[in-house]
Amino acid sequence: MSSRDAILGRIRRSLGASGVDATRLAAVRHRLTETPVNVVPARGQLPAAERVELFVRKASDIFATVARIDHRDDIPAAVADYLRGRNLPQAIRRGEDPRLAGLPWQREAQLAVAIGPSAGQDLAGLSYADAGVAETGTVVLTSGVNNPTTLNFLPDHHIVVVDASTVAGDYETVWADLRRRFGAGAMPRTVNLVTGPSRSADIEETLLLGAHGPRSLHILVVG
Amino acid sequence: MSGSLTSSSFPKNASAALANPPLLKAIAHIEETLVSGRRRAVDALPEFEALRDAGRDIKAHTLKHIDLYLETFERKVVEAGGFVHWAADAAEANRIILEICQATGAHRVTKGKSMITEEVGLNAFLKENGITPVETDLGEYIIQLRGETPSHIIAPAVHVNKEQVAADFRRAHADLDPTRNLDEPVSLLAEARGVLRERFLSADVGITGANFLVAETGSTVIVTNEGNGDLTQILPKTHIVLASIEKVVPTLEDVATIMRLLARSATGQEMSVYTTFSTGPRRADDPDGPEAFHVVLLDNGRSAMLGSEFEDMLRCIRCGACINHCPVYRSIGGHAYGSVYPGPMGSVLTPSLQGLEKSAHLANASTLCGRCESVCPMRIPLPKMLRHWREKEFERHLTPKKARFGLAAWRFLAARPRLYGVATRLAAWSLARLAGKDGALGQVPLAGGWTRWRDLPAPEGGTFRTEWAKRGRK
Repeated sequence: MSSRDAILGRIRRSLGASGVDATRLAAVRHRLTETPVNVVPARGQLPAAERVELFVRKASDIFATVARIDHRDDIPAAVADYLRGRNLPQAIRRGEDPRLAGLPWQREAQLAVAIGPSAGQDLAGLSYADAGVAETGTVVLTSGVNNPTTLNFLPDHHIVVVDASTVAGDYETVWADLRRRFGAGAMPRTVNLVTGPSRSADIEETLLLGAHGPRSLHILVVG
Repeated sequence: MSGSLTSSSFPKNASAALANPPLLKAIAHIEETLVSGRRRAVDALPEFEALRDAGRDIKAHTLKHIDLYLETFERKVVEAGGFVHWAADAAEANRIILEICQATGAHRVTKGKSMITEEVGLNAFLKENGITPVETDLGEYIIQLRGETPSHIIAPAVHVNKEQVAADFRRAHADLDPTRNLDEPVSLLAEARGVLRERFLSADVGITGANFLVAETGSTVIVTNEGNGDLTQILPKTHIVLASIEKVVPTLEDVATIMRLLARSATGQEMSVYTTFSTGPRRADDPDGPEAFHVVLLDNGRSAMLGSEFEDMLRCIRCGACINHCPVYRSIGGHAYGSVYPGPMGSVLTPSLQGLEKSAHLANASTLCGRCESVCPMRIPLPKMLRHWREKEFERHLTPKKARFGLAAWRFLAARPRLYGVATRLAAWSLARLAGKDGALGQVPLAGGWTRWRDLPAPEGGTFRTEWAKRGRK
């Protein structure tokens, strides 16, 4: 007997249950297709403007920095500003996201923009988030050619753009959106929920930023 | 102190820990960081208690249908292009992982923090077979350099101080400038980051655990703060996930609910920095990510816990809150338990995994004060289960002779109410006499274990039964 059959058999014996019991199968099918929502904190259930404010506050609480800009076209200048402010070289790496590709990068003549995944040599990466989550100041990033996952982890500084209109109150809203875009029960290879810059408290419980991932997380909220 | 200790020598281990001031100083940090952090996070979320109920209910429902959710999870992983392997025990899990590494031609393996790989002893097994796994979580890296095992499930190096880490780094990173300054945690972290970055970029296989397996999508989920778990899985060609079967949950909504409990209970964060959902290998047009994705599902004694008095333990999400709040753990640290999982959750789980014979002491490594249950996000009745193990210990004659004699003597008296009354009155009277005016006893026959450390307050007034009778049994 394979270990698979042995394990499933032991589980069913312990539970005194059958793998073809119609009631059990229906309970599981219901949960998986209806995906019932459990308890959702009230804190994120706010009108749009206040929701974005909560997102900004929560992100700042966990050591991200946040800048608000009016239009996507302001992104190149905001990126250049950030790099200048941190005394970093004017260089950024991004993916092929059309929302980034179509921007007036030429306005920042000094800024070198590389495209594609990181091999570990980049100081700063730029990504477009699928969403923000107000309840914890979290950004949601999905893998693919538009926003390679390596940009979320290898560069020392990670700049993430979030459209204010995509800032949700809670994770459940984000799940519903993922199902709409990728299909029910399907996911891109990697979905990253990022809440602040990388940190560790493994030495004497001392909180330090920049363990293995980015030392700093800068969020540009558009709109 | 390291992984060489066993549960069967717990009393000796505990005594040694109590006489180890640097260890006690190191674990004292837990109060002002993890315990007070949890308190703040819980106070800031009015729905926390309701979330605990919901979390318990999700796991209870899942456990009743776990065979079906595992089958669904498996199907979804395969649909996404991944492989699922089933391992009945530690040896099988190790063999499966070694075979995948060998088939990949792997020499360099990086690891994200994973207690389950500690449970199966994966590192030692891979090393015996010519593959050196590199731990990449800062705490795990430190204890790997020291040749130790984790002393805490979320803060593996909580027992180590920064001077020890500096000495370990000087020894292990011998090619770096010997005059460099390693006085502060920040320089230690920077050094580890530099050294491990090389390892990440050159690894052939990355191995992680999982906090959740999502049946709805076939995703494995890891929750981390450093980002090492992500670098471990997106850079190498092959990503292997080792997870025990009870990690499965039905849906993304269920992950969201338990996620809200996990970090708050563990570190006092509202959310860990990185919560990562991994589904299959990289897609055709993905520019990065692993080319192969394997999930190894481990049973190792868990299927037998279902339907037993220990089923509730399978709700555990490994947050460590019970450990942080346990007065016994806080007095002796994690290594004294001699088991992979320390503290209350470890004392309940370990006998199920390795047999009561080897771990009978653990159920007694508790004052049954109930703090663990009061902070457990999944409302696991830990003290009740510790009592179950104590009963089994007695039934199987594993209780030490002295304790058995004491219990037998107590039973003899308790079953004879009149004799019991006389004996307790006599004892109370003589203790009060012995104590004299201070009302405290420095020495009591048969209670040396108590009076060696503190005085015993002498009884005042009558026994409970005489007082009860006096007050008219109201």
